[in-house]
Amino acid sequence: MSGTETAFNDVALRPRLSFSYLQRTIRMGFRSLWTHRLRSLLTVLGIVFGVASVIAMLAVGEGASYEAQEQIRRLGSNNIILRSLKPPEEDKVSTTRSFVVEYGLTYADIERIRATIPGVQVIVPARIKRDYVWRIARRVDCDILGTVPWYAELHDVTMQQGRYFTTSEMKRSLNVCVLDSAMAYELFPLDPAVGGSVRVGREYYRVIGVMKPETRQADEAAAQGGSNGGSTSASYQMYIPLTAAKNRFGETLLKRRSGSIEAEKVELHQATVRVSRQEDVVETAAIIADLLDRVRKKKDYEIVVPLELLRQAERTKQIFNVVLGSIAAISLLVGGIGIMNIMLATVTERTREIGIRRALGAKRHDIVVQFLIETVILSCSGGLVGVVLGVSVPLLIERFANMVTIITPWSPPLAFSISALVGTVFGIYPAVRAARMDPVEALRHE
Amino acid sequence: MPGDVIIRLENVTKTYTMGAVEVHALRGVTLSFTQGEYVSIMGPSGCGKSTLLNLLGCLDRPSAGRYELGGSELSLLDDDMLSEIRCGRLGFIFQSYNLIPQLNVIENIGVPLYYQGRPERESLEMAAEFAERVGLSERLHHRPYELSGGQQQRVAIARALVNDPLVILADEPTGNLDSASGTEILSILDDLNKQGKTLIMVTHDEHIADRSMRVVRLRDGEVVSDVWN
Ligand SMILES: Nc1ncnc2c1ncn2[C@@H]1O[C@H](COP(=O)(O)OP(=O)(O)OP(=O)(O)O)[C@@H](O)[C@H]1O
Ligand SMILES: [Mg+2]
Repeated sequence: MSGTETAFNDVALRPRLSFSYLQRTIRMGFRSLWTHRLRSLLTVLGIVFGVASVIAMLAVGEGASYEAQEQIRRLGSNNIILRSLKPPEEDKVSTTRSFVVEYGLTYADIERIRATIPGVQVIVPARIKRDYVWRIARRVDCDILGTVPWYAELHDVTMQQGRYFTTSEMKRSLNVCVLDSAMAYELFPLDPAVGGSVRVGREYYRVIGVMKPETRQADEAAAQGGSNGGSTSASYQMYIPLTAAKNRFGETLLKRRSGSIEAEKVELHQATVRVSRQEDVVETAAIIADLLDRVRKKKDYEIVVPLELLRQAERTKQIFNVVLGSIAAISLLVGGIGIMNIMLATVTERTREIGIRRALGAKRHDIVVQFLIETVILSCSGGLVGVVLGVSVPLLIERFANMVTIITPWSPPLAFSISALVGTVFGIYPAVRAARMDPVEALRHE
Repeated sequence: MPGDVIIRLENVTKTYTMGAVEVHALRGVTLSFTQGEYVSIMGPSGCGKSTLLNLLGCLDRPSAGRYELGGSELSLLDDDMLSEIRCGRLGFIFQSYNLIPQLNVIENIGVPLYYQGRPERESLEMAAEFAERVGLSERLHHRPYELSGGQQQRVAIARALVNDPLVILADEPTGNLDSASGTEILSILDDLNKQGKTLIMVTHDEHIADRSMRVVRLRDGEVVSDVWN
């Protein structure tokens, strides 16, 4: 017993929490938890799903709001979009008397905006007609947009092949057209579209360009809920000079609509106004509305301000985040309560072990540390598994559900540290209860 | 056998209050034990033997009276200090072995060293040494449920020895064992005493008491006889 002679001389020298002590306690914690694997697993499921759902839902929400904001941004944050709208009440009365409904934005409106409002950069008027476009025997149902050359610049249209039409082509109101890529493929499956020609009614149009798919105008309609005078927009689009549209189609458009035919007289279906400074966008929109209202009896147009939509989307996202945060908090709370419940049961079950440890010299804080570490191990491993799950689920969603998801870089560490915090907070009570036990009582416990 | 007094009890009482009823488990016990003694504590069931042993083992505090261990008065110490004394100066052997089920033999033996804060390597070496001393060197990595009762009690003895205690306190150490393994355990204890360990043991068995040097008999919480063999 020579080596043990010093045993009680250095008893009091033990530092309260040394690294190796913690290390061994953690290992012992793992061992105890491993003894009850299934129970430990079931205990942490709450935390696992809490953490995973927070990260996954955040990623999906972030992705959705990113997509919405991208769409709105594509409309241009400096733009104001005016659209002709058939006034709803006038509808019934006037169709009984006169056959033709007349409404919407006019060339005079555009001229007035250009002349009176300062800071207005570009105005792009457009006419939209829905019709069949033919190429030999192939036919496509499409929206034909009559517009101006600088439309391409304003809407960030990029070309896949060929070019957009020019000012001189518009002045001469030539029959040239630009197709979107899907339509080009539909009509010209084998040969290049540029240089070919398509037919609308009795007129032929020469194809001078094909635009890239992501810059189509249909995105706009989607972003705005497709409120286009009641008619749904076609999935294909073709662009021709505004003058050509005016000369070939005339002012009166015939609309096929569920069996009956309606005639409408609309000069312009849409106009996009670009304001040079972003701060002025909202104010300018109000001035334009004033200006337009002054010369009309009824409201036959709508104003869409993408910047406002963007702000609205941001507000929606904030609300979404608050809701998500509460769900996360609740699920982690539930997970924490689950852990606490099991730890209380564990402490009762291991009363005798506690008594033994106390008899062999464990201090109260040794017992606290032991059980607290077990709880923290539980919640941290739950948090870790949750993070892995929460990061992989969005990847799967992206792959199989074709949705954009964005994992914000701070969400996994945040969710993990909250789970660790939950473990600590909910572990304290059971651990303290274990430490408070009277050693004699604990040893007598069966 | 001559030696220094290491334990001195003076008029120690222990009273449990259960609602309105007061149970006097010990009523004024005055005893002293010297270094190297081998003492049996006997008496009918409920006379306060275990209570006395728990007080001696610093697991409980007396309701009144003085308790001196190794020359220092203990009634003023706080819970942490009592833990330190249990950790460094006392060894316990229980009737029901009281090993920790999820730890293996060597780890069970090393528990007191762990609470002393000894380095892991050192405590494993010491634990292995003591396992060998009780004849368990083949079983170092077995868990308690893989051992017989006698083997478990030997683990408990090694655990009680590993911190080189001033006193070993045993509460009916052979109570759960058949006579063969009981004898085995008792001979280990005899050897320990021969090597100079102080042993205080609660027992019901007169034959066991005969092996010891001194027999203290209790009745209703009072010492009724205290004789040297
Ligand atoms: N925690 C307690 N609360 C109330 N009374 C208690 C408590 N512990 C012991 N007692 C009482 O104190 C008395 C002495 O009990 P103790 O356990 O010391 O007896 P014992 O001599 O060890 O008996 P046995 O030989 O059966 O083990 C008994 O009357 C018992 O009921
Ligand atoms: Mg007893």
